[in-house]
Amino acid sequence: MLFDRAEILETLRMLELENLDVRTVTVGINILDCRGESFPTTIERVLAKIRRITTPLEEVTEEIAGKYGIPIVNRRVALSPVALLLTGKEGERVVELAHQLDQLAQELSIDFIGGFSALVHKGFAPGDHLLVDSLPLVLSQTERICGSVNAASSRAGINVDAILRMGGVIRETAEKTASRDGIGCAKLVVFANAPEDNPFMAGAFHGPGEADCAVNVGVSGPGVVKEMISRHPHASLGELAEIIKRVAFKITRVGELIGREVAQKMGIPFGIVDLSLAPTPQVGDSVAEVIEAMGVERCGGWGSTLALALLTDACKKGGAMASSFVGGLSGAFIPVSEDAGMSEAVRLGALRLEKLEAMTSVSSVGLDMIAIPGDTPEEMISAIIGDEIAIGVVNHKTVGVRLIPVPGKRAGEKAYFGGLLGECTIIEVNPFGGGKFIRRGGRIPAPITSLRN
Amino acid sequence: MGEKRLPDFPEETTSTTNKVVITVVGKDRIGIIAAITSCLAQCRVNIEDITQKILGEYFTMILVGDTSQASVDLTELRRRLNHVGEEIGVTVYLQHAQIFQAMHRI
Repeated sequence: MLFDRAEILETLRMLELENLDVRTVTVGINILDCRGESFPTTIERVLAKIRRITTPLEEVTEEIAGKYGIPIVNRRVALSPVALLLTGKEGERVVELAHQLDQLAQELSIDFIGGFSALVHKGFAPGDHLLVDSLPLVLSQTERICGSVNAASSRAGINVDAILRMGGVIRETAEKTASRDGIGCAKLVVFANAPEDNPFMAGAFHGPGEADCAVNVGVSGPGVVKEMISRHPHASLGELAEIIKRVAFKITRVGELIGREVAQKMGIPFGIVDLSLAPTPQVGDSVAEVIEAMGVERCGGWGSTLALALLTDACKKGGAMASSFVGGLSGAFIPVSEDAGMSEAVRLGALRLEKLEAMTSVSSVGLDMIAIPGDTPEEMISAIIGDEIAIGVVNHKTVGVRLIPVPGKRAGEKAYFGGLLGECTIIEVNPFGGGKFIRRGGRIPAPITSLRN
Repeated sequence: MGEKRLPDFPEETTSTTNKVVITVVGKDRIGIIAAITSCLAQCRVNIEDITQKILGEYFTMILVGDTSQASVDLTELRRRLNHVGEEIGVTVYLQHAQIFQAMHRI
């Protein structure tokens, strides 16, 4: 036989029982060639280009999912950062663009369109000002549009003015979606070192260095990793690293196979596979449960950072062997509301905001999908973002912050976002703020790369 | 003494282009193989390899089929196999062989 029984049954078990799936097929599209003489013309061209490229997406992904018996959970589109299209004089028409994109997404069965983004790590151009100002309206009035702001990079330093402003944008977006626990903020990420080929939302955009279009793929698989670890309760941590590496290889190969085939069928280039382990609110599909399967009593307890470091590194090693083109965020996601185990750990008080921050220094994303009290002052939100961004900039890694102040609710109460966004207990925020510090504003210079600490 | 010739063994092809893997699991009973294979014959899928095992009362069968002459596409083949599976009380999975190639071969 071409494959032995054990191999075939292992694959089936991963797919049927352990929630292995392709989390997202994301088509990146450059829209910078869509500028027209007037903004309405630009909007028309943007819509036409997206329509032209993504019309076959639904049919192709369904066909391929059927062929291999693997679910493809999300179909998404990532656009060039929309701020690059703007002169700053478009006014309310930017919101109109978002509405039209939202409708188009619905029509073409695209789950999310990312790219309402601005790259302001060194400063704001007029288009960036307009985009950032429009975010609260865009995120509260549309369902499927995601935005992001890159506020820092290891080469350019940290734009504290941008961070300061994003605290306000986040508060305003939450208040505009107060009836849904501030869900607008679930579609907004503040980045340091944002990747240009990230297929995952809310932070996906099609970077200026990318080709005209590309297919990028994100796989899932915390359930598979957890089951494999559970089967080896007495393995040493060195052995565990090897076991995780092997699983990561298999998971990534699935992503690569699907990505290449989708790209070929759609007639556009294949970009990258993102190796990230992406959890869902479903029990058994959780990164927290992976950490607990390794032996940490509760995610957030002592040992969690070490366990996450081992997990992330082993995933990268296995994944890098499996695919020639790895990109995006590529690590283990630890989004609180989207991961049933993380959410439970917060409820129990095992996982605190400070520990989450520590864990992000060894994983890939950042402070992700964390519900905070609705009355957290905007400067305090900015200071939290600043702390997280410092970790990214100094360590030359990507970090993103997706905080959700839940209007009218306090720490310990529950926030509900629904679907893949999940639900979670609102986390306690250290009341000693850094407002005066962050209000100084300005830019923090890029860190030195020699004299490493 | 002339050189001794080894008998010709046909070389096993490792190409997975038109190969599908069909896995059948369920409670053992008479007629599972018959039902599945006759469905494959009707769809003109050639069976290249077949292995089965009974553990307690559970039955698993794995079949490798060649679909290069198939009269239906994979979606239709899956629909028909699922239908047969429902009738005899087993679960049938159909997957293109390339996914196993990708996961288990370097």
